[in-house]
Amino acid sequence: MSNDSRFKALLDLPDAQGHFGPYGGIFASETLMEALDALRQAYDHYKHDGEFLAELDYELRHFVGRPSPIYHARRWSEKLGGAQIWLKREDLNHTGAHKINNTVGQALLARRMGKQRIIAETGAGQHGVATATVTARYGMECVVYMGAEDIQRQKINVYRMRVLGARVEAVTSGTQTLKDALNEAMRDWVTNVDDTFYIIGTVAGPHPYPAMVRDFQAVIGREARAQIQQETGKLPDALVACVGGGSNAIGLFHPFLADDDVAFYGVEGGGLGLDSGQHAAPLCAGKPGVLHGNRTYLMEDQDGQITGTHSISAGLDYPGVGPEHAWLKDTGRANYVIATDDEAMAAFHELSRTEGIIPALESSHALAYAAKLAPTMKKDQIIVVNLSGRGDKDIHTVARLEGIEV
Amino acid sequence: MSRIAATFARLQEQGRKALIPFITAGDPEPGITVPTMHAMVEAGASILELGVPFSDPMADGPVIQHASERALKHHVGLRDVLAMVKQFRHQDSQTPVVLMGYLNPIEVMGYEAFASAALEAGVDGVLTVDMPPEEGSELAAALRSHDIDTIFLLAPTTGEARIQRICDQASGFVYYVSVKGITGSASLDTDEVARRLDLIRSKTSLPVGVGFGIKDGASAARVAKMADAVIVGSALVSRFEALQHESDKIPAQAAAFISELRTAMDE
Repeated sequence: MSNDSRFKALLDLPDAQGHFGPYGGIFASETLMEALDALRQAYDHYKHDGEFLAELDYELRHFVGRPSPIYHARRWSEKLGGAQIWLKREDLNHTGAHKINNTVGQALLARRMGKQRIIAETGAGQHGVATATVTARYGMECVVYMGAEDIQRQKINVYRMRVLGARVEAVTSGTQTLKDALNEAMRDWVTNVDDTFYIIGTVAGPHPYPAMVRDFQAVIGREARAQIQQETGKLPDALVACVGGGSNAIGLFHPFLADDDVAFYGVEGGGLGLDSGQHAAPLCAGKPGVLHGNRTYLMEDQDGQITGTHSISAGLDYPGVGPEHAWLKDTGRANYVIATDDEAMAAFHELSRTEGIIPALESSHALAYAAKLAPTMKKDQIIVVNLSGRGDKDIHTVARLEGIEV
Repeated sequence: MSRIAATFARLQEQGRKALIPFITAGDPEPGITVPTMHAMVEAGASILELGVPFSDPMADGPVIQHASERALKHHVGLRDVLAMVKQFRHQDSQTPVVLMGYLNPIEVMGYEAFASAALEAGVDGVLTVDMPPEEGSELAAALRSHDIDTIFLLAPTTGEARIQRICDQASGFVYYVSVKGITGSASLDTDEVARRLDLIRSKTSLPVGVGFGIKDGASAARVAKMADAVIVGSALVSRFEALQHESDKIPAQAAAFISELRTAMDE
């Protein structure tokens, strides 16, 4: 990390009130304000507590399976004919995605705060499964809110959560997807604030969630930074990650913030294309506003109503994005781009055939953009792509889109 | 004196408490809101709280969520709500109107533009559910410069120091949310409410309204003995839900319910 980085100040964010520039903050119901303050105090304490950090580290090694490997996708890089693509293999974590890095951290915090009841929201079900997994591991009660529409789309994850002992509550309000599940989890929290810990799955929500979830996910970038230097003797030229709420992207980016020569690319769900209006790309096509406890870029109409999103990938189907990404966009530190449904599908097949790795549809968006970027770069340059999840959960979706009954 | 302060002063002289009904603007259709506002005033409402529909009403229970959804089917936005207040003011220059809602519609319009449009329409106070005082100084300043009151919520979980901080920034009245939970949740615990009101009153001379958990004349009367204002939302809005396909009956039915509460409170 260079000391004269233009972006050094970004490392100190958020401020004490949770602001990343004009974004972030605490926009929550009064009933939650003291609970959020207690959470902030507990987190500020334990993030420096040796025993807490040692337990977290132990769990990440022995339960999650960290460190995850970094993998040189040689055949694919060769085929693309440009930069060398390396994959950070979060797909190899227990439960198959990066989500568990954060749920382990928050569950350990909840235990120390004496909260036995855990709630969570989920879209595709990955965060729900990661939460149900850790609550089973630590013997806690677990309720997961999931949009009724998503329950239909992700039946296998719903059953996985039930096998793990969680109660899955169908949310039938609004668009019946992730944003409404988040609304419902907030309502539960307001009602049961005394004994309940809310494990938010992404770098959104009121302070301290965006900072706390980022810190738990930053293990991805810390490992990747050391691994790529060990393997290649240098830092990468570019990082690429998909962005829904943005937790896997911020986890990869954050430890590289002050490495000015490392370019960041966050890839949003482009759906049917930005012109179609059918997408999930608030950073590329939205405006700043306030939703779910923080100020950030949103997909909204002229009245400030949140609009529906579309992405082939349920994990990207969210009208907001973590406030730190909003600030990385405005400061020019990160570039935000899209990959469409079709591009993500093509990358899904390409990686499966060329490297023997079936990626999650979310991660396929990052891969699709890397496939465009690599040919514009030199062969000795390096791109690290966060392979945030594996594609097993998406097999039915992909098969159905191709007209195949599985 | 502002319309809100004048209303509390007048009621105090009469030895009565304020009755504040909440309805969602545009529920179940835009044309019914202003007639219902007039009918409720006629039946004894002291201040009107008008909900601004929002796509993601995180702090609301199913009854008020559905009210928002019904209004949004007609694309009722903040500008339409302001137009309704303006229309209401053609016939009523006395009764205070408070807008209650979420920050994003205001954020999109811009604080200055909103404050100036709200003043022009005849709005007296603004309560933004997801904007605590920590984030609210800019909006509060814009509202203050247009003589509009900033109303804040206090919760059962709000600690003593925080009550003081909030009251210092509040104007018009403060709104004590009597139960932990969303709108329309369980019944309130009268003794606990009384203890909390004593604490709040030790921090502010502003009138204190109590909402959440008020379902009928009996609960309204109990709260009226302790608080300066009784706020009723879900119990009223559930009547709108029942009459959504015969909305012409809503003004009279809303008035009948308000009258029942008023009578119980005044006894």
